[in-house]
Amino acid sequence: MRRRALRAVALFYLAAVLLGPLSLVFWRVYAEGVHKAWVALADPNTIHAFRLTLEVTAIAVPLNTVFGVVCALAIVRRRFPGKGLVNAFVDLPLALSPVVVGLCCFLLYGRTGWFGPWLQRHGIQVLFAAPSIVLVTVFVSVPFVVREVVPTLRELGDTEEQAARTLGASGLQTFFRVTLPSIRWAVVYGVVLTTARCLGEYGAVAVVSGSIQGRTETATLRVQEEYENLNMAGAYGIALVLAAIGLVVLAVMLRVRPRAGSVA
Amino acid sequence: MSIAVSRLSKRFGSFQALDDVSLSIEDGALTALLGPSGSGKSTLLRIVAGLETPDTGSVVIDGEDVTARPPQERGIGFVFQHYAAFKHMTVRDNVAFGLKIRRRPKAEIRARVDELLDLVQLQGLAGRYPSQLSGGQRQRMCLARALAVSPKVLLLDEPFGALDARVRAELRLWLRRLHGETHTTTVIVTHDQEEAMEVADEIVVMNRGRIEQVAEPRELYDRPANEFVMSFVGSAHVVAGGWVRPHDLRILLDAEEDALEAQVARIVYLGPSVRCELEGADGARFAVELTRDEEARLELEEGCIVWVRPTRETVFARADG
Repeated sequence: MRRRALRAVALFYLAAVLLGPLSLVFWRVYAEGVHKAWVALADPNTIHAFRLTLEVTAIAVPLNTVFGVVCALAIVRRRFPGKGLVNAFVDLPLALSPVVVGLCCFLLYGRTGWFGPWLQRHGIQVLFAAPSIVLVTVFVSVPFVVREVVPTLRELGDTEEQAARTLGASGLQTFFRVTLPSIRWAVVYGVVLTTARCLGEYGAVAVVSGSIQGRTETATLRVQEEYENLNMAGAYGIALVLAAIGLVVLAVMLRVRPRAGSVA
Repeated sequence: MSIAVSRLSKRFGSFQALDDVSLSIEDGALTALLGPSGSGKSTLLRIVAGLETPDTGSVVIDGEDVTARPPQERGIGFVFQHYAAFKHMTVRDNVAFGLKIRRRPKAEIRARVDELLDLVQLQGLAGRYPSQLSGGQRQRMCLARALAVSPKVLLLDEPFGALDARVRAELRLWLRRLHGETHTTTVIVTHDQEEAMEVADEIVVMNRGRIEQVAEPRELYDRPANEFVMSFVGSAHVVAGGWVRPHDLRILLDAEEDALEAQVARIVYLGPSVRCELEGADGARFAVELTRDEEARLELEEGCIVWVRPTRETVFARADG
């Protein structure tokens, strides 16, 4: 009885907070007219926005995957001064509002910022251009791989790695043949979360990109743009595609993630 | 190949795990490092393997100083207490690991792995994953994995500690036979004195980071160097000022000169023998081991008064401090 009540509460909460709004987006696209939504999606600026989002994601995800695994190995397997600090800094992007991250970017790379004048002298455009979008996206998506891999590495322990060493494997061979295969599901899960975060980033990008149509406008910014122009069908259509990409990523994750208790 | 360690010391924080330890092990020997937990036996083994770095001292394997070398360049095989099997690899891939790292030809790897699986009696299980094996099978796989690369020395860190008593006894015998075939210099760490006695040619007794005695099993038991070895290897009690083993006491039903009066506290039937626990007049408790025939002849009962006389006792010179 109690268990059933708990389940009902959980399902109701999920339905109200997640499924409701999501299905509303689908419904609105249908209600506003599929054709109008299609026109908005076929707009070259929309296509550019999606391409920019995917490109930024394609840079940020591999970067943060490599960094995340290395960082997790350092946190779990090594002892070094400042380790606690590193551990805390990894969580910083979760604690900071993305808007604050965007503003920090301004303070560093803006015309009066720390690196601003130097960059300007060398003709490098960071703000209102792709580099700043990549920078803030990388920053906000740092924690996911680290946070997935750290507990897995801890639980794994290091005796398998020691065994590999005694059998003649070098550090790199041990990593690729023993450590990586053992943490691969955690890495995959982390990559999926990182990807979702990169696709959906809005606040920090909104501050630094300038939302220039056809140049620095990402997919999420494009949704906002259409919405402000009262093109509801377009806004819902783009939102739908973004949500669909997210759902596909989620589905892939659920498929590859091994069920508890299965072999290797 | 021979192993020689000299003047090894190692601290973990405030804990002195090894305190100026020197030891040499002959080529082809099967040596046991025996001691209670925290005695430094595992630390010593791990330093020989290169899995731990000593604070001071050196390790020489086969005449070469390997102190500064990483484990992968020492030519050792290591077997861990908790297997350390590669869970994502089949039995075959586990055993082949070291050979693949050394980039041996595929046909050679196949033949060698088959040979080793035969040796450890896992022929039919090559395609299984470690999670599908029993503990004993898993440890045999890990032994095959360590032997695959023909190590100069084989190091085993409480290899049978996680197994149940029956499998443990089986694997001991099997290890002894294996050593008879390969003659690889082998060092096994154990806290089980029976295991050490059964398996090893030579036993190194350790306590608090130091070596207490190095001897063959029989000598260790008959001529322990000090009170620690006496009490740790086999059981022993102090009876009237001297150390006596339970089977070196005779129970008498009548008072005799020099015999000690005691009361029977408990009688324990151990199968082949009977252990009679006694309480002396001074309140000290000690045990006497009897054959079943002797016990039947004496007709002992709990609570009855008897007299005991040592047939053999050891008195140690008082150690300083």
